[in-house]
Amino acid sequence: MKLKLKYLLPVGVIGIALFALKPEPGVNADADNAGLKLPAGFGALKVAETASQARHLVVTPQGDIYVKLARPKEGKGILVLHEGANGKATVTGGFSNYGGTGIYLKDGYLYASSNREVFRYKVDAQNKVINPDQPEKIITGLKMGNEHETKSIVLDNVGNIYVNIGAYSNSCQEVDRATGSMGIKGCPILDSAGGIWQFKANKLNQTYGDGVRYATGIRNVVGLDWNQQDNQLFVMQHGRDQLHDIFPNMFTEKQSAELPAECMYALKKGDNAGWPYMYYDQIRHKKIVAPEYGGDGKKEAVGNFIDPVAAYPGHLAPNGLLFYTGNMFPEKYKNGAFIAFHGSWNRAPEPQAGYFVVFQPFKNGKPYGDWEIFADNFSGSPAKTAAGAGRGPTHADHRPCGLAQGPDGSLYVTDDSKGTIYRIIYKK
Amino acid sequence: MKKTIAAVALILPLSLALFAQTKPKTAAVKPGVAASIARGKVVYTKNCLSCHAVDGGGIPHMNPPLVETSYVSGDKIRLIKVVLNGFPKNVPIDDETYSNSMAPHAELSDQDIADVLTYVRGSFGNKASAIKVAEVKAVRATNKK
Repeated sequence: MKLKLKYLLPVGVIGIALFALKPEPGVNADADNAGLKLPAGFGALKVAETASQARHLVVTPQGDIYVKLARPKEGKGILVLHEGANGKATVTGGFSNYGGTGIYLKDGYLYASSNREVFRYKVDAQNKVINPDQPEKIITGLKMGNEHETKSIVLDNVGNIYVNIGAYSNSCQEVDRATGSMGIKGCPILDSAGGIWQFKANKLNQTYGDGVRYATGIRNVVGLDWNQQDNQLFVMQHGRDQLHDIFPNMFTEKQSAELPAECMYALKKGDNAGWPYMYYDQIRHKKIVAPEYGGDGKKEAVGNFIDPVAAYPGHLAPNGLLFYTGNMFPEKYKNGAFIAFHGSWNRAPEPQAGYFVVFQPFKNGKPYGDWEIFADNFSGSPAKTAAGAGRGPTHADHRPCGLAQGPDGSLYVTDDSKGTIYRIIYKK
Repeated sequence: MKKTIAAVALILPLSLALFAQTKPKTAAVKPGVAASIARGKVVYTKNCLSCHAVDGGGIPHMNPPLVETSYVSGDKIRLIKVVLNGFPKNVPIDDETYSNSMAPHAELSDQDIADVLTYVRGSFGNKASAIKVAEVKAVRATNKK
């Protein structure tokens, strides 16, 4: 017996040494990087294909994924998935009977929004929802119009929740989107929409009277995040549509495709970003009076309107914003912003654009340097990007929407067209 | 001479009739409708394309498609009213909702509306009948604001 051990011991040591030389078992990129184009050193895998309208998502340290669906699938508005050791996840359940966009996990609660209300669900130490059928309704009675109806949510570190209430209008015209129709004076939408509202995260049944209009003049926001370095709310505005359609004598189709900017705002309480009275021209770096309010495409806006901290080309539709705090990606990504651009529809007859995830470098809590395309080809090909979202196989296959950071520093991206969940890893 | 002319006059309509019978059915669009479709395409490009797309496919969840929908291929009066009054409501169309409001296009002439709807009803795979100027005129006359 002793003899046997003597011989076995060295074999065992060699075996362990060999094992350590192999790549870590577990998560590997798909052979085709899930169809994405990524910077050198990065890879991607399809975590799951859920055939749902997957909007925002949360990834827990325990490998569970909560995905908010725009429309419930088989009666479930939140999908629950669990990841296997290889990174591939399976749907293990679901709950909530409402569709929506916002979902956020903080301090023992999972928060989720419908298009009118915000709920929260207590989670256990493993971040599993304890009682999925009995959420606490914390906010109710929010305005929901035909357009910009989704509510995005994020929490700060002192018990407040921020909710986007989108303007139910393109540019507050007397007749929405009608050619030549002028803006309503003192846009009445702004009293209850077109801004970010702040509520208490732990108080039940709050409505407008209980909340604070934290920032106004923001047409619609889908992507937002709390910047921990600045301890500040950052949002991505969806800029107004159809400058040419509405004022064909003032704007060419090409100008209308490029303008106005999709803006990143760093918000303070009381800020006004100027919608519908102005828009931001990212080519001239100026705030311009909206044509509905007497502008001519050149006249600069006067008023106490904040400037964006960064501006991106028109109509790309920023639906996800995430400040990267992980350790997996190279140093330059730390504390920078990832932005998921859903992709344009409003550039026709010019080619459509977007359908990618952008990286915006930051330094000392402010955008620093040029943005770059980080993950591209969600659409399937440049031709499909140019064709944009639409009907049939000649159009974009996938549309990036929500972003989340995994416990190991992976970046997760949802697609609300086919419900694919992507995970981007750095391979070193 | 007169006899030959008479004979030709008799034969010609006959042969034309025979020829017409063997013509492929796809060429059945009447010349007036073809012209209306051609004019309608111009109206579409200027007024409709930016939302409903060059192929009439629309934009998912935002602007409805103009293909495989009862709104386009069905009741003409309802369709003419959509153009005149717009569609500022989020009601399901064939079980899907679309968030963007459509502005009224009452500023288009009866001719333009007839042409653009004839184009839409006869394009993108749609095979619905043409819409006449008189039909638009009649709907506009009784259209409630």
